[in-house]
Amino acid sequence: MLEFFPFKKNIPFMSWGKVTTSISLLTFLFAIWALWDKGLNLGVDFTGGTVMELHTSQPADLQAMRTALEKTGLTEISVQTFGTSQDVLIRLPGKGDGNAAETSNRVMAALKGMSSGIELKRVDFVGPQVGKELYDNGALALLVVAGGIMAYLAIRFEWRFALAGMIANMHDIVIILGVFAFFRWEFTLTVLAGVLAILGYSVNESVVVFDRIRENIRKMRGATIPEIIDDAITRTMSRTIITHGSTQIMVLSMLLFGGEALHNFALALTIGILFGIYSSVLVASPLLLMFGVKREHFIKQVEKKQEAVV
Amino acid sequence: MNRFPLWKYVLIGITLVIAFLYALPNFFGEVPAVQISPVHTTEKADSALLGRVESAMKTAGLGYQGVELAGNSVKVRLASTDLQIKAKDVLQNSLGERYTVALNLVSASPAWLSSVHALPMYLGLDLRGGVHFLLEVDMKAALEKAAIRYQNDFRTELRGDKIRYGAIKREGDTVTVHFATRDQRDAALDKLGTAFTDLAFTPEDQAEGFTLTARLKPQAQTQVQEFALQQNITTLRNRVNELGVAEPVIQQQGASRVVVQLPGVQDTAKAKDILGRTATLEIRMVDEQADPTAIQQGQAPFGDDIVASRDGGKIAVKKDVVLTGDSITDASPGFDSTSGQAAVHVNLDSKGARVFKDVTRENVGKRMAILLIEKNVAEAITAPVIREEIGGGRVQITGMESAQEASDIALLLRAGALAAPMQIVEERTVGPSMGAENISKGFHSNLWGFLAVTLFMVIYYRVFGLFSSIALAINGFFLVALLSMLQATLTLPGLAGIALTLGMAIDANVLINERIREELRNGATPQAAIHAGYERAWATILDSNLTTLIAGVALFWLGSGPVRGFAVVLCLGILTSMFSAVTVSRAMVNLTYGRQPRLAKVSI
Repeated sequence: MLEFFPFKKNIPFMSWGKVTTSISLLTFLFAIWALWDKGLNLGVDFTGGTVMELHTSQPADLQAMRTALEKTGLTEISVQTFGTSQDVLIRLPGKGDGNAAETSNRVMAALKGMSSGIELKRVDFVGPQVGKELYDNGALALLVVAGGIMAYLAIRFEWRFALAGMIANMHDIVIILGVFAFFRWEFTLTVLAGVLAILGYSVNESVVVFDRIRENIRKMRGATIPEIIDDAITRTMSRTIITHGSTQIMVLSMLLFGGEALHNFALALTIGILFGIYSSVLVASPLLLMFGVKREHFIKQVEKKQEAVV
Repeated sequence: MNRFPLWKYVLIGITLVIAFLYALPNFFGEVPAVQISPVHTTEKADSALLGRVESAMKTAGLGYQGVELAGNSVKVRLASTDLQIKAKDVLQNSLGERYTVALNLVSASPAWLSSVHALPMYLGLDLRGGVHFLLEVDMKAALEKAAIRYQNDFRTELRGDKIRYGAIKREGDTVTVHFATRDQRDAALDKLGTAFTDLAFTPEDQAEGFTLTARLKPQAQTQVQEFALQQNITTLRNRVNELGVAEPVIQQQGASRVVVQLPGVQDTAKAKDILGRTATLEIRMVDEQADPTAIQQGQAPFGDDIVASRDGGKIAVKKDVVLTGDSITDASPGFDSTSGQAAVHVNLDSKGARVFKDVTRENVGKRMAILLIEKNVAEAITAPVIREEIGGGRVQITGMESAQEASDIALLLRAGALAAPMQIVEERTVGPSMGAENISKGFHSNLWGFLAVTLFMVIYYRVFGLFSSIALAINGFFLVALLSMLQATLTLPGLAGIALTLGMAIDANVLINERIREELRNGATPQAAIHAGYERAWATILDSNLTTLIAGVALFWLGSGPVRGFAVVLCLGILTSMFSAVTVSRAMVNLTYGRQPRLAKVSI
């Protein structure tokens, strides 16, 4: 039998509480600082504006392109290559004027006049109003998901579990956002979708550990709560690593083969998966202990629940 | 204990066969085709059209692979893109202007699959290339337009009843009529109040006279706005038909927005131009008394607007609109029979024809301006002198620079005027090569990720790992089959969603396998360990999947476009994985180990 984690004895996770809590707190504060100081590099989806992706037949002459574009009278244009020297990304800020939709036509007209062999691959134009709506809906979705999961955990387990699980996962989300802010990676609608998926996914991890804790409370009559939690984490450790490893393999494949469009999405998932493991083991469980989870008030509910499940 | 009753195996077998059948069309790829559909939505594509298409292809000597009637169109399959372009030209010439002939791609899957509605997945614009527009209708302008109409109607109504009135002025969406005496005002209130029940009238006594102010009632306003939206959607549909797009999507979104999706459109600039054009036609009288120097300086005389004319000059036209583009029933490009100039022939509806006849009779010798209004800028195309009364509702407009311009203006007028101007508030354009690249990127992300996970599972869990991997592959099949059945839109984030759900689906098998190992470690017999492993892991699997499902549902509810595609895949993937990872893998385990009563060892 091939085993990566043949733990015979429980690992005393709970006794490391102080260290891990300080580590989490530090990363969390770092993330908050990055968000505060640098802010998210919101994509055109949320800010409004135009993004164009072009492919040129020869390596692109960015300076000539800038000069040609300045003549159109459009302002604050950013022109840069990405991936290869033949792939050009042009960004224009969203201005409130009515002809914003025509912007990409004007840009193409100016560039076509400069040289042939420029192929338009993608245009994203988002009006300021639509951008604001997408932003609001994104924020609302985050709240709905967080609320929904918390309600589910509270019904399925107990409010202490719900609160601990949710704090641990919000911690993950804030860290993803913080890293995106720190590195100025572009935060798009797709990345937001990834973040929300991670929110649902990373709760999985807490659920698995919580499930074990509940089971252990029933089985390990003589043990203390920290012992019970240590046992639950140790026993699920192998599964945790393998599951997240498998998901990470898929995400890595996306990162390698998915190209530009999925790059940031895959990055968000990667950070989310790594911190998801960490937080459910080393954030959620100490919190549970802190909230004073007790055998008595929990066993009652378990018995009631068991009838329904079996 | 590890045996399924026969019906369970049969049920699993049936689901597998169905899933395979519906996933199958995705593996045949696509062939070039030409799609013929009637321009007017009221007309139907029928077997007569099918016959005409076939005979046209035969006369031209073009070989084709098949002709079929699908929905409201005829599709001709062709062997190559070269033939496709030739066929398009041949068919457009032989069928004429009443039909749109568009290039398209159709599934190459055999007919028997299509006959059981087994279709390939519906690809989103980011995968097949095309344009997505979100247009917002200017509702304020819709109300103002309604007010303009009432302004004219009041005049006719009051004149018909011989009620004397001063001026009829419009400001925004309110129309104010001035009267010299209270009696006239009250008579008008009676008359107009009964004739226009949608309007709320407020009489006012002012120092300089008596007025009556009309404004649309709130429910009438909603009605006008709804009508404007519907009218604009119809207009957009007509314009898109003129563009010749194979499978356009035109839908209302919210109270004031319209989504237009044009898959496979190559010339996006032209599409945007045609859709975004807000050309409306207005006919107004030229103010002959206006002072020419004041006009040149841009000072509009009272009650007039100054507009640019084609020859570079400026003319003053009355603010009152004689006719709007709404009255136009048809417009076609042509030439003036005497001068040979490019012209547009316009037909008016009966009401428009009557007004036009009255106005031309009363104004013989005066000039009438025909204004083309685009993006709130009016331009006088021509301002001819009225020589005689024009009846019958057939009007010829000259003054176009070229035949091409005449044909463009005719298209815009024929395709219908917009009830209110629209603005593009969101655009997503994906070039055709980009779409193909995105498909290949999404596919490779899935393929290599899947192979790596499979390799790992087989090494780590041996036979159980193999079962898990097969279950995972079946999950992929289920997902593809379900997406094909529902014809849900697959986007690039959707493809990423497939990869992600496959990565997450393996979690259920890892949970089960770890549990079985643990039971074995605790000294359970293999059979008991397998049984306990599956039973105990189920509650955890359910819990952990439900939380992801919550996230998926919220994303579907609040997400838009590609993100919604991701949410659909996420939700469906969770559901299929619960079946495949638990039931299907269990069936494989039961078939292999369940029949051995003295099983001493399992490979895990």
